[in-house]
Amino acid sequence: MKKGLIILSLSLFTLSVSAQSEKFQGIMEAKVAMIDTTRTPDAWKDLANTFERIADAEKTQWLPYYYAAFCHVQSAMLSLPMDGSFGDNSAITDPVADKAEKLLLKAEELGKPNTETYCVQKMIASLRMMGNAMARYMTEGPKAEAALNKAKEADPNNPRVYILEAQDKYFTPEQFGGSKDEAKILFEKAKSLFDVYKPASSIAPNWGRAQVAYFLSLYK
Amino acid sequence: MRNSKKTLLLMVMSLLLAGLHAQVVIKGVVKDSKNNPIPGASISIKGSYDGGTADTAGRYSFKTTEKGQQTLVVSNIGFKPSEQTIKIEGNTITMDVTMKQEISELTAVVLSAGTFEASDRKRAAAILDPIDIVTTASANGDITGALKTLPGAQQVGESEGLFVRGGTAAETKTFIDGTLVNNFFFSSVPNIAQFGRFSPFIFKGTVFSTGGYSALYGQALSSALILESIDLPDQSSANLGFSPLSINAGYQHLSKNKKSSFGASYSYTNLALAFAIIKQRQNYSQSPAYHNLDANFRIKTSKTGMLKYYGYFSSNRLAFTNQSIDSLGYLDKFALRNTNHYHNLSWKENLQKKWRIYTGISYTNNRDNINSNMQDQAEKDVLLTGLEFKNFGLENKGNYFNAKAMLEKRMKGLSAIRFGTEYNFSHDITEYRDYIGGAYRYNLKEHIKSLFAEGDVYVTNDVALKGGLRFEHSSLLDKVNIAPRFSIAYKLGKGSQASLAYGIFYQNPERRYLPSPNNLDFMRATHYIAQFQKSINQQTFRTEIFYKKYHNLVKTDIVGFTEAAINNNGFGDAKGFEFFWRDKKTIKNFDYWISYSYLDTKRDFLNFPYAITPNFAAKHTASLVTKKFVQKLKMNFNASYNYSSGRPYYNIGRDALGYKFNDQGRVPDYHNVSFAINYLPSIGKKDAKSFAVYVLQVSNIFNIRQTYGYQYSYNGIRKEAITPPSRMFVYLGAFISFGVDRSDEVINNSL
Repeated sequence: MKKGLIILSLSLFTLSVSAQSEKFQGIMEAKVAMIDTTRTPDAWKDLANTFERIADAEKTQWLPYYYAAFCHVQSAMLSLPMDGSFGDNSAITDPVADKAEKLLLKAEELGKPNTETYCVQKMIASLRMMGNAMARYMTEGPKAEAALNKAKEADPNNPRVYILEAQDKYFTPEQFGGSKDEAKILFEKAKSLFDVYKPASSIAPNWGRAQVAYFLSLYK
Repeated sequence: MRNSKKTLLLMVMSLLLAGLHAQVVIKGVVKDSKNNPIPGASISIKGSYDGGTADTAGRYSFKTTEKGQQTLVVSNIGFKPSEQTIKIEGNTITMDVTMKQEISELTAVVLSAGTFEASDRKRAAAILDPIDIVTTASANGDITGALKTLPGAQQVGESEGLFVRGGTAAETKTFIDGTLVNNFFFSSVPNIAQFGRFSPFIFKGTVFSTGGYSALYGQALSSALILESIDLPDQSSANLGFSPLSINAGYQHLSKNKKSSFGASYSYTNLALAFAIIKQRQNYSQSPAYHNLDANFRIKTSKTGMLKYYGYFSSNRLAFTNQSIDSLGYLDKFALRNTNHYHNLSWKENLQKKWRIYTGISYTNNRDNINSNMQDQAEKDVLLTGLEFKNFGLENKGNYFNAKAMLEKRMKGLSAIRFGTEYNFSHDITEYRDYIGGAYRYNLKEHIKSLFAEGDVYVTNDVALKGGLRFEHSSLLDKVNIAPRFSIAYKLGKGSQASLAYGIFYQNPERRYLPSPNNLDFMRATHYIAQFQKSINQQTFRTEIFYKKYHNLVKTDIVGFTEAAINNNGFGDAKGFEFFWRDKKTIKNFDYWISYSYLDTKRDFLNFPYAITPNFAAKHTASLVTKKFVQKLKMNFNASYNYSSGRPYYNIGRDALGYKFNDQGRVPDYHNVSFAINYLPSIGKKDAKSFAVYVLQVSNIFNIRQTYGYQYSYNGIRKEAITPPSRMFVYLGAFISFGVDRSDEVINNSL
């Protein structure tokens, strides 16, 4: 009887644990799948909030923190004025960059800095630069570049590294070293890496295919 | 046994299933304290995945399977997270949430009355970027040149310094990293304004107060210019610069762990070539030549601590003659040699429990050697009867030491208290040699000891108060003063705010009028300032009205051979209003600002017979500054226009009854249009090993005649306009840096 009870309680425990991790797995899979289809700043914010809730409930998983930081940055990037002017947008970018940095720090503590966290680090620096490009390109630009180099060093076959590099090339005016042709080569490199790319798990970062397809479609 | 296990499993399963079915909807609206919706706010049940995001109207709605007593957490960037307990039962729960804004630098009201800031900090007072200082066309790369395009400052061109709201240049004091700078400008030359000694590129933040400044600073009746030097550079680099006027070379080394850096630079400037091409009013026998050397180190002493040293050495000389106004056919010769050392060491560090310490010391040694002579047309010294006094020599030696220490305690939100002490020591030795070789020596020592305290209180994001008190003791006057300062700011709406400032400011009599035969007192000014500012979407509008009352200004008389202070019976006032408008939005990639100042001031000081509008005060002053970057050409086009209405001029003479006006009038209006082009061919080339900038600057491009005032012959019969040394000035230069993109930094790096 005693033995039975122990077995019972143990199995109940495993049941609940596996139910919990199944629940985590389930919701993460559903939300991660949304990344390639999310378009508006509001939708990114909603997704960011969702990942943050999961992160705070779990406390030990790096991925939801990573995704929360990523989604916050995406939301702010899309909130910037689209007229191409180099104004002072730091009121939009800086609070979000601060928030994303805190979330990313937690991801790095739990999951160790890796190629994916470096990619988001690069995105945060770029976001800050966009806050006041004329005044900050000398300070935030090199930070973004350094983070991207680390991401490449950690995994030269991570296609997202080349997407970020390609986007910079694409959007930077030619006089400042941008080049649509060079960007195309990088997008194509990302595409060919995606052909053989296998994410570490069903919820590991796998975003970027839609972006590559979108940008390459602009060349046709 | 087996059965009971099965039963239990079934029970657990059914409970889980039941839980899945019994979902409760939680909905509501998230608003701030002013009843505005907060879109994007995150709502969650603590510890669960369940939650939602507020939409543009602040509405949220989500389903949860959680049961019973739970905590509802609402959070959003810029707001204090709110937590409340909620009992989850039934089908639908409506829960509206009001969130409080976090008090933060980004959203809080700013105590901005009387303050202009050039920094990257996102604050209401920061209406300039650091780069604006060097890209203002009329500034010629000089810090005060750029500040002269802001409301409050006068367009005085015949002498250096900032003349603020009816105040003299001596009423503006400059501080670097907290401590007073004694010889901010190169030594004065008659009727030619001198540049600041320090490159604008060594500063990351500039605060220009046109009145009502904090109790942390003192000894300035009108204005404080507060400069903060840069921290560690981003990268090691070397740079070179060439122009027909100067060569310079510099090196900065950043340590591998990026925790310390050191660097040095040297420049040699000689204006001989420029003056050969651009005719000067003066005839130079020794064209201005400058050796400037500076060195620095910066060490991160901990995660939050920073130790900085900046050292400067300059040796320069010039000599010129003018046709003498006193005696036809003869020349007036002026020769100056100057050496100057300046050393500044500062340290700041976070202590425990939100305390922070700021300390700094600075030392200056300045030596001026001036010779004045009458010469014949062959440039040989002559002694003319009745004008013997024009042949003299003057040697000024100054030693200045300043120290400051301050503790700051950060309180809730942005509130803080600060207190500290300051010590200023000056020792001036002046030796005057007359035409027969008689020497007169003055020796002046002064210790000023100060205590100060101030508190910032942020009641909410919308209301901020600052109160301060400063206490000073001067050993020379043997007197003490107590100066209260007060300011308040109130947020009126999104991007708009109103602020007020009040303060009493003391200053010692200028050392050039000392020693005095009588006991003197501090000079005193009281400021009242009201400001309105609106700043949204890259557009800033600011207006200020002010009233300034002067008491105890120094009156002078001839004592022995020199003009010396005799009493504190002077007085005066200044009142006016100012506008500032900056727009970066209306025209894409085009940035401009307009400033206008109206000033009504009168004072009786120095040798004035009675209260008059002083010759350094124009009624109307205005500036237009424009900046345009053309990406395709990789060129920056900057232009500016400065205007001031005619200033009064006086010839004050003395007879048995005292001082009187021999002549007076008004100079013509002043106009100046300046233009600058910077060409940056290697901008954006990531792999470029070097970076070049070419600069072309033209001041007074339309060759307009500018008159600053008049000078008179000794007998008062002849009068001559004081004009700039040349009408137009053209400057061409190339700057190359290696290792790091310092494009912004090299523009205008000479002059």
